[in-house]
Amino acid sequence: MAEASEKIEKKIIDEGLETGSKRLTEERIEKVINEVLSGETGARLKSYTDTCVHCGLCAEACHVYLSFNRDPKFSPAGKVKRTIGEMIKRKGRVSPEFIKEASEIASTECNVCKRCAMYCPFGIDTAYMMQTVRRICHKLGVTPLYIQDTAHSHAVTQNQMWVKEDEWIDTLQWQEEDAREEMSNLRIPLDKEGADFMYSVIAPEPKFQPNLIYQAAIIFNTAGCDWTMPSFPGWDNSDMAMFTGDLEIMARNKRFHFEAAQKLKVKRIVMGECGHAFRSVYDVGNRWLSWSMPPIPMIHAIEFYYDLLKAGKIKIKEKYKKSVTIHDPCNVVRGRGLHEMLRYVIHELCENVIEMHPNREHNYCCNAGGGVINCGPPFKKKRVESNRIKADQISDTGAEILITPCHNCHSGMEDIISYFNVDMHIKFISDIMYEVMEKQE
Amino acid sequence: MTNSANWDWGINDKLVADTNEWKDSYNWVEEFYTSPDGEKIAAVVNMDEAEFNVCVNGSAWEIDTPFEKAWALKFSQDNRLTAIISADMAWTVAVDGQLWENTFDYVWDKRFSDDGKTIAVAVQSDGKYGMSVNDVPWEDMYSFITCMALSPDGKMTSAVVQTVDLAQAEVFKFQEGCYTVAPNGKAWSRNFVNAWNMAFSPDGTKVAAEVRHNLYDYTIAVNGEPWDQIFGCVWCPIFHHKKGTVIAPVRTAGAWTMVEDGTVIWDRKFTQIWHQMVSPDGSKLAAVVAPSYGNWTIAVDGKPWDTTFGEMVSDAVFSPDSNRIAAVATENEKYTVVVDGNAWDQTFDMAWKPVFSPDSQYVASKVEKDGKYFIAVNGKLWGKAFDNAWEPAFSPDGSRLLCRTIEDGKYYRRVVPVSDIVS
Amino acid sequence: MIDFNTLYNFLSGPMVWVTFIIFIGGSIYRIWDLISLVNKNEKFIYSYMSWKYSLRSIMHWITPFATTNWRKHPVMTVVTFVFHMGLVIMPLFISAHVILFNAAWNISWWVLPEGLADVITLIVIVCCIIFFLRRLVLREVKYLTTASDYVILAIAAAPFVTGFFAYHKFIDYHFWLILHILSGEIMLMAIPFTRLTHMLFAVLTRSFIGSEFGGVRHAKDW
Repeated sequence: MAEASEKIEKKIIDEGLETGSKRLTEERIEKVINEVLSGETGARLKSYTDTCVHCGLCAEACHVYLSFNRDPKFSPAGKVKRTIGEMIKRKGRVSPEFIKEASEIASTECNVCKRCAMYCPFGIDTAYMMQTVRRICHKLGVTPLYIQDTAHSHAVTQNQMWVKEDEWIDTLQWQEEDAREEMSNLRIPLDKEGADFMYSVIAPEPKFQPNLIYQAAIIFNTAGCDWTMPSFPGWDNSDMAMFTGDLEIMARNKRFHFEAAQKLKVKRIVMGECGHAFRSVYDVGNRWLSWSMPPIPMIHAIEFYYDLLKAGKIKIKEKYKKSVTIHDPCNVVRGRGLHEMLRYVIHELCENVIEMHPNREHNYCCNAGGGVINCGPPFKKKRVESNRIKADQISDTGAEILITPCHNCHSGMEDIISYFNVDMHIKFISDIMYEVMEKQE
Repeated sequence: MTNSANWDWGINDKLVADTNEWKDSYNWVEEFYTSPDGEKIAAVVNMDEAEFNVCVNGSAWEIDTPFEKAWALKFSQDNRLTAIISADMAWTVAVDGQLWENTFDYVWDKRFSDDGKTIAVAVQSDGKYGMSVNDVPWEDMYSFITCMALSPDGKMTSAVVQTVDLAQAEVFKFQEGCYTVAPNGKAWSRNFVNAWNMAFSPDGTKVAAEVRHNLYDYTIAVNGEPWDQIFGCVWCPIFHHKKGTVIAPVRTAGAWTMVEDGTVIWDRKFTQIWHQMVSPDGSKLAAVVAPSYGNWTIAVDGKPWDTTFGEMVSDAVFSPDSNRIAAVATENEKYTVVVDGNAWDQTFDMAWKPVFSPDSQYVASKVEKDGKYFIAVNGKLWGKAFDNAWEPAFSPDGSRLLCRTIEDGKYYRRVVPVSDIVS
Repeated sequence: MIDFNTLYNFLSGPMVWVTFIIFIGGSIYRIWDLISLVNKNEKFIYSYMSWKYSLRSIMHWITPFATTNWRKHPVMTVVTFVFHMGLVIMPLFISAHVILFNAAWNISWWVLPEGLADVITLIVIVCCIIFFLRRLVLREVKYLTTASDYVILAIAAAPFVTGFFAYHKFIDYHFWLILHILSGEIMLMAIPFTRLTHMLFAVLTRSFIGSEFGGVRHAKDW
């Protein structure tokens, strides 16, 4: 397997990395690395690099390490050694070829899922160090092509998928119209000032999965929610700029998002079933802007569905019959502790729930998050093969359906079940809720 | 710039419409909007499947065929009612029931000049994008448009446009610059990697915008010419309405400060600065700032108020005499109004943008508590609770307050002596 | 050739002062340096820090087998805990050290029975050998290991090895005694300036991640 992984790596050609690294000079590399290290990092990086005793206890935390036959270079500390460790040791005097490799390692071999932070006796946050590598590579212009294109989309459109402003509104109106076939007075209220909450989504929903907006509209209308969606930029909560290290664009997008809610005078923002976006609005982008916590409370779909079910606003006609298992997304479980609420929701909706192991905070990463799947086709095979452990973990449950409230987890595991021939289908919570809930005519 | 002098300030309470009756006439009634003078209340209403109209004070617009869709209902400052509508599969703007002559494949982002006389929208037809101002579309259309803007006097429009075609994942072409600003639809000759939010000079001769030269170097460009100075990040510029200079918050070495025409004018840095504004007399410059991480307040000429708030400061406004500032502040998910650094005693579930009286002595705001809406002046709640209300407006002499309120479905236009609320 | 007494008097006199000045001064400097780095670029860290979650995290990780990863590596867990306990207990409670304190400042406290101290010494040495073998044998450890890791291990092991030989008067008592004092002093002086600095930083890094996981992420970090 380790050999296989090396073969894959050698074959991968990414235009973003190739062209970007060819434009570099060693002087520029040294300057940029030292600028980032002295100007943007501090106590964390210093204490992590000085504290790590190279004990290797982090290794087993990492799904890439486990999937690649325990090849030590894929352990968290191994990836540090191959990237930022070397940059620090050589005081930034590394080659363009090194930067190209470092960018690939940080962008495609680490999902910044932070599982390893739970396994290091010192609590060293390798994800943070990989993000620092991505920041350096961004500043050097060496970022995988497809995710860089996504960051450009964020910069231009304030959404992840180049969705134009009219396409966004048109999609909402189209979904509203379609949903009226099922629920005649249904509304997707646009720009409703003073609503209880703003519903924000990620751009792949209007672009590829408008049925998710449809389902959300049915759920909210059935539950009698006072809600709105903005017709203007700020509707997208996703954030690949955070993962490429373009923190200025990340911040700009988060400002658009929170100011959209502020302009609409809503009391909270409810967001769809997405993990990385939650990280961006709850923990990362807001802080860059000097909001120590979200200035308007951010409620993830899990928490919102939990409230709806607890309050009896959504009633279940008949529980879902097929056996289901739960995949805990890192950013809302390890990142926000929503795992017990998630279980409450799933058990309310489904009859037969089988836990996968490990689970909750200890669940293995989907290997799509952290921007890895967004690095696109060149890295797809490597991404899937470097999560064989996930295929084993989910197929061990024998469940027919895998539920995960995160877009990246979804897409990543679709690839995994297809590559490893796992007989399983993947669903969002809202897919199941929509199917089993009592609806108005 | 609301001209409220000719509004009816002589009466007390007037029942304008009982909206309960509307519900019987239509399948559903959407959100209510009221005219600035309080004389009209309107909503989009549905009659049948894909049949919409607009109902004003109980009467629907007289139109030949119902709209297929209607949204973005809003009164202009001169009390005209406007909506974006779709009829015969084409989109346009309806003003008091009259449709614009030009129709498009899509229309959105409706904006008004301060006096309400100019209406501008973003439009798309056959995949080409631009703006239409008072029913006159731009001559040049583009493959992409964003950050639409209309000058306060209504004389200029502008937007960020794409001038170079870009295929999927052409990241290096993107980084050569494919976007620019198009005042009145005429693109600047120079492209940037990105351009965002713009401002118009008071004399109508200049447009300033945020631009990015590459992925890292930000600055402000005025009429297409970027400043020489480069910053780590910038936010939306404004023009000084007396001096004509351009003022913007900029980030250098990880902290924010204020610059005027590229030169730093504040002697200290902040963790964040945005929403800068010049006082009416032009003597002061204020902005929403975070003096330290996670603490928000207002700074005037670079000096922050002593009081800070943990979550957010927004909706700041200068008093007419330029000596006072009011804003909305949030802490622990509770909102209040803060005036010159002093927060009102009460907190609310929501507070709307405060308004100053013409003599700058009173500050009024619409606030929400426990699902009911109130009008507050100088921190005192007017005893009445409403099911819905709109932002209050002072009479030109400052003695009375226009309150637009709904109780039990009945819409009232109320004129209240300010003394009744504050005493 | 310096005679034994001169060397002994120097190492157990002025050199002890020098050692402690470097150890304590260096430690204070390292922590001060770290805090000033927080103030420079990472002030948000203060908004995370929580006594409750710091202690929750530290308590879990200083309790053997209280965390998932300790349970996954039982041998390493036992070796780590025994080694670190030996490292702290031995220098403080071994009778020879307490006698020195008594001679210098007329203070004394409970001491380890000599036989037990000898056993602990051997256990610590065995732990060091296991650490050494881990670095040689385990792929994930070997890959990370640098020369400095062996040097640090040697620095940590040396006072025990030399102490053991000195106690047992192996060939030349004076030789081992001098080496023992010297190696102890080297170890203390090395703490602030090598990876042994984890002794100082572990509490801080654990507190930070514990606070982040507890207060922000509402999740366990074990």
